[in-house]
Amino acid sequence: MPRVSFTRNLQRHVACPPCVVAGATVRESLDAAFDLYPLARGYVLDEHGALRQHMAIFVDGEPVADRRALSDPVPASAEILVMQALSGG
Amino acid sequence: MSDQLLVSTRKGLFSARRTGRGVWDLESVAFLGDNVSLVQHDPRDGAWYAALDHGHFGAKLHRSRDRGATWTEIGVPAYPTPPEGHVEKDFLGREIPWRLIRFWALAPGAASQPGLLWAGTIPGGLFWSEDHGDTWQLVEPLWHMPERRKWAGGGADAPGIHSICVDPRDGNRVAVAISSGGVWITEDLGKTWAAHTRGMRADYAPPELVEAPESQDPHHMVQCPGAPDTYWIQHHNGIFRSTDSAMTWTEITGVKPSVFGFPVVVHPKDPDTAWFVPAIKDERRIPAEGKVVVNRTRDGGRTFETLHRGLPQAWAYDLVYRHALDLDASGERLAFGSTTGSVWISENGGDDWLTLAEHLPPVHAVLFV
Repeated sequence: MPRVSFTRNLQRHVACPPCVVAGATVRESLDAAFDLYPLARGYVLDEHGALRQHMAIFVDGEPVADRRALSDPVPASAEILVMQALSGG
Repeated sequence: MSDQLLVSTRKGLFSARRTGRGVWDLESVAFLGDNVSLVQHDPRDGAWYAALDHGHFGAKLHRSRDRGATWTEIGVPAYPTPPEGHVEKDFLGREIPWRLIRFWALAPGAASQPGLLWAGTIPGGLFWSEDHGDTWQLVEPLWHMPERRKWAGGGADAPGIHSICVDPRDGNRVAVAISSGGVWITEDLGKTWAAHTRGMRADYAPPELVEAPESQDPHHMVQCPGAPDTYWIQHHNGIFRSTDSAMTWTEITGVKPSVFGFPVVVHPKDPDTAWFVPAIKDERRIPAEGKVVVNRTRDGGRTFETLHRGLPQAWAYDLVYRHALDLDASGERLAFGSTTGSVWISENGGDDWLTLAEHLPPVHAVLFV
């Protein structure tokens, strides 16, 4: 099952330690993680469910292609990292 | 008289307290390191609201019921999903996202409307909550009004509602001001809206649009609580006053050292007394001659006094934004904060000023509580 980890900078606002969830896509995996940490959803996604502009998601080291619907498939053993996109210095 | 001042800054919400006559000290900070764009006090139940703009993580709202000892994150407004394929652009052709970018105004409803809060946001949505901010609804008639599409960014990339005046006589009458999009008023709790900009002019617009409601860029609007027919506006183009419930506006001219600026406050009882922080407009946006001053009128704008005692009078380039000047309920105590982290307080209506801080992060807003 995929493992979802959130940037440490988010932990300052919302407690959301790494979790192992069921999901075949980025969306399904994140939805499962947000079931555990409901407050984290609004920090990562906007009100339409799209990835916030300055956030990034990597699946096994590759940035996701679909930032809006989050439809990228994830392997069963995937490491999903929810990070901040670098902007500024 | 208020003995406590909250200072919203780029890096936290600071609290200052009066410890003696003419003595104020910073005493605490909440959200240290976070961008606190706004703070509001609800006099009906004593709650405080702090709006945070986390950048990467979006805009958030927190509430305190114990005067800042503890804060709880509450709900935020959600913009509706635009119709499939809909890409909205302002009248200059720039894309306007249907997405909460920033809180730019928070206002409690009238005394007869407990729990009712209003939130003005960028990119132009007005929201209301009936449960102290736990959940929010878009004021759809204003958002879907065709004229709203003519609003444009001014002060930010997208248009925003920065001023909300709930009429103390009738909470169903709410006036909002938009940069840049004029003044709009509802008389029926948001169901219908009408432009109220007669008398305003926008010299920066093409000749055909100088008087158009949507061209007007009020930087800040206030309503006199004790004489609510009177409104004041610090406009991009100057100072305007209305004494007929915003049906018509009169331009105030000849104001020295400058009629440009962002904030305005009006005396709680005397509608003819108001304060401004002038700056050189547009291309520079700095205090005239490097001197920080406050302008006060006591006669409805016929004359102004330029107050400077205690304020830096050389090599000072402090800019004061629209929410960064406040007046306490007594009408005696004033405070303002600048983009360069200075905060000054007056205990005598602006005649004399003391320096609270010179090295805070950029100040977005100040509020007596």
